[in-house]
Amino acid sequence: MVDEKIRVLIAKLGLDGHDRGVKVVARALRDAGMEVIYTGLHQTPEMIAEAALQEDVDAVGISILSGAHMVLVPRVMRLLKDCGLSDVVVFIGGIVPDADVPALLDVGVRGVYGPGTTLDAIVEAFRQEVAGSERT
Amino acid sequence: MRIVEQALKGDRRAIARLISLMESGGPEARQALSRLYPHTGQADVIGVTGAPGTGKSTLVNELAKAYRHQGLTVGIVAVDPTSPFSGGALLGDRIRMSEVATVPGIFIRSMASRGNLGGLARATADAVHVLDAAGYPMILVETVGAGQSEVKIAGMAHTTIVVQMPASGDGVQAIKAGILEIADIILVNKADLPGAEDAAQALEAMLDLGSVRAERLRDELLGVGGSGADANDLPGPWRPPVLRTSAIRGEGIGDLVTAIEEHGQYQRDSGLKAGRDRKRAMAELRHILQSTLLEHLLRQIPEKGLEDTVERIVVREMDPHSAAQKLIAESGLTRDSLCSCC
Repeated sequence: MVDEKIRVLIAKLGLDGHDRGVKVVARALRDAGMEVIYTGLHQTPEMIAEAALQEDVDAVGISILSGAHMVLVPRVMRLLKDCGLSDVVVFIGGIVPDADVPALLDVGVRGVYGPGTTLDAIVEAFRQEVAGSERT
Repeated sequence: MRIVEQALKGDRRAIARLISLMESGGPEARQALSRLYPHTGQADVIGVTGAPGTGKSTLVNELAKAYRHQGLTVGIVAVDPTSPFSGGALLGDRIRMSEVATVPGIFIRSMASRGNLGGLARATADAVHVLDAAGYPMILVETVGAGQSEVKIAGMAHTTIVVQMPASGDGVQAIKAGILEIADIILVNKADLPGAEDAAQALEAMLDLGSVRAERLRDELLGVGGSGADANDLPGPWRPPVLRTSAIRGEGIGDLVTAIEEHGQYQRDSGLKAGRDRKRAMAELRHILQSTLLEHLLRQIPEKGLEDTVERIVVREMDPHSAAQKLIAESGLTRDSLCSCC
């Protein structure tokens, strides 16, 4: 009998200290049957990549509201690639201007979900993208 | 298997993938485990348990720092409960260990209990085997926030630390059976809070009430003192030290590290280690036999047969024990079962 669960890393990237939203998302993913590793505040790109590696996650959800996403997110994506984790699905949530989204998608982010996104939409996005990536 | 070879060399990604494989279970996992098992048996496994919120994760963080400072690499397995309703989990132990999260030589893996009772996940033992085989000399295992009955860690760890905190019960509480009995070391954490001295004294009083005989009985039940050693030849039984720590302030950790070393030495000197190793292997074997046989049995029973049986139980036509006997007899798993046509 094989027991598969979706494992997700949820992290606050950078100096941004607002964690209410990310905790709501973490809880929603838990209630949707996923195993959520919540790393908390003030994560560096290195901490996120290392955690993703050790925890062998299927997806990473990054919350960032500080405006530093264009500097920090590409760094995360590069580190994930260096660790051999390019197939890990990465989502960004928080405050990201529409104009920045294409650049983030270009570096490999799978989706950007700003204010107003429903929890159902987030859960569904994780489910679909992880199923679609079929990591072996 | 390439992933096993890589993990044996210490490749962290391979270790992580292998632990996931163990969690999933199945024939590939079993194959991997049989390949790496001969390489296990080197690590010291320290169990950390205690009620929710007593500071276990923070303590594990401090212990990992201390061992790393000694030049040792450390593997950490931190277990959190799976929701009985959604099947999901919020694994929030790692968050307390951010100090050591990117230290080279420290590997942290969060595991969900996935419905397992006793404080650990089914695959926790296998995860420990992976880290052991990969060469981590110290492995710290943190159980779920445990109540009085989550005692499985004692069967897995060489040294079990039970973490208490002030104002969580009086002298009577301290003599209740269960978790306090499995402690090799008892910690009063958050010792900076009021009530810490009272807590420590209640625990010392509890230990004073225990007799030498009771401690020997405990050791026997935990499987130590095997191979016919004469009771008179053994050193006196181990009295768990009651230590005071404040993990968040990093206080008391040095004494804890010393106590762990002393307990390890005691087990080697007294020859009790061998008995405990045997007990550990027996516990693991029984656990695996239990789940394997159950799976095997359930595969023999057609789904409808199972549902009909459940229905009969619900309407009180049959009691659960008789129903189980009937299913086992009909499954053909027992040699003297009746043929299925009867």
